[in-house]
Amino acid sequence: MNKIKRETQELTVRVWRGKEDGKLVTYQVMSRENQTILDIITEIQRFQEPGLAYRFACRVGVCGSCAMTVNGRPRWTCRTHVKKVSHEGVLTIEPLRNLPRIKDLVCDLAPFIDTWQRAGAPFSGTKTRNDAPALVDPESSTRRAAEAGLQCINCAVCYSACDVVSWNRNYIGPAGLNRAWTLINDIRHSDRKQTFDQAFGDGGCGSCHSHGNCTRHCPIELNPSESIAGLKRVAFKGLPKDV
Amino acid sequence: MERTLFLAQRISAIILGPLVLVHLGLILFAVRNGLSGAEILSRTQGSISWSVFYGLFVLSVTVHAPIGLRNILQEWSRISPLTINIVALLFALIFLLLGLRAVAAIV
Repeated sequence: MNKIKRETQELTVRVWRGKEDGKLVTYQVMSRENQTILDIITEIQRFQEPGLAYRFACRVGVCGSCAMTVNGRPRWTCRTHVKKVSHEGVLTIEPLRNLPRIKDLVCDLAPFIDTWQRAGAPFSGTKTRNDAPALVDPESSTRRAAEAGLQCINCAVCYSACDVVSWNRNYIGPAGLNRAWTLINDIRHSDRKQTFDQAFGDGGCGSCHSHGNCTRHCPIELNPSESIAGLKRVAFKGLPKDV
Repeated sequence: MERTLFLAQRISAIILGPLVLVHLGLILFAVRNGLSGAEILSRTQGSISWSVFYGLFVLSVTVHAPIGLRNILQEWSRISPLTINIVALLFALIFLLLGLRAVAAIV
């Protein structure tokens, strides 16, 4: 009985349409059990608004494509249940903050991807394919530090949540700096000093205010704030030793 | 340069922490008999330790505050980076000159 009642309820979904000068358009969508925000967007696109643009790929929280702003907060929409975030049956879905808008819920991620390069993120190994694989002690402090930040899915939720990015577009942002921290702790990386210099360059980790919005919003519960704090400590103590 | 400025601001903050506490304590102590120029000068004139104390205070402020001002302008204004650096340097000069002048006047 309860289930039947819930299925007859409707959600009021306000969706951003257009580019920077767009507007919120309201749709009515049936409320169902175990419904995610991505389900809602897909239902609107399939049955009400075929022209609605949005991104997704894996639908299971791996690819990082479907991040949007839901009721004012950046979230991965494929793993965000409606009942967790709706306010009295109302949802407001907008594109991510801090990124140029292309159409509707789709942002241009190029500025975000560029930050990875600016943070000194490309890996360059010290060995060739003819060498034996490097032996990395999983219990070493460097490996444990790298491990803590490795699982980033590049969803840009932290970049969107960061107030410093909104104030200073030159700021590299949490994801790029988190990546730099994992490389600085990777003993196979050939130029950890170069990575650190770039991560501490113009718009680098020194700009972070330690608000912690990145850590609070990271959908897979990484801690970019801790990675950035680690980079700041390197400024005083030098590159981490493999202990 | 960013790393140097970051370190300079943190180190100057470490120095300023105890100096500010002593300075605040001194203000409470100094006004116990009313605040007059003569009373201040009687305590500070000829004192090497107070001149070193406030000299260090002025130098630390000269380093610390303009870096913070630079950060604020970078985040909250649309002024070009070069202009921001010049403004921050000007403030450093003003703090240094006014501060050292004040220290020289009371010791």
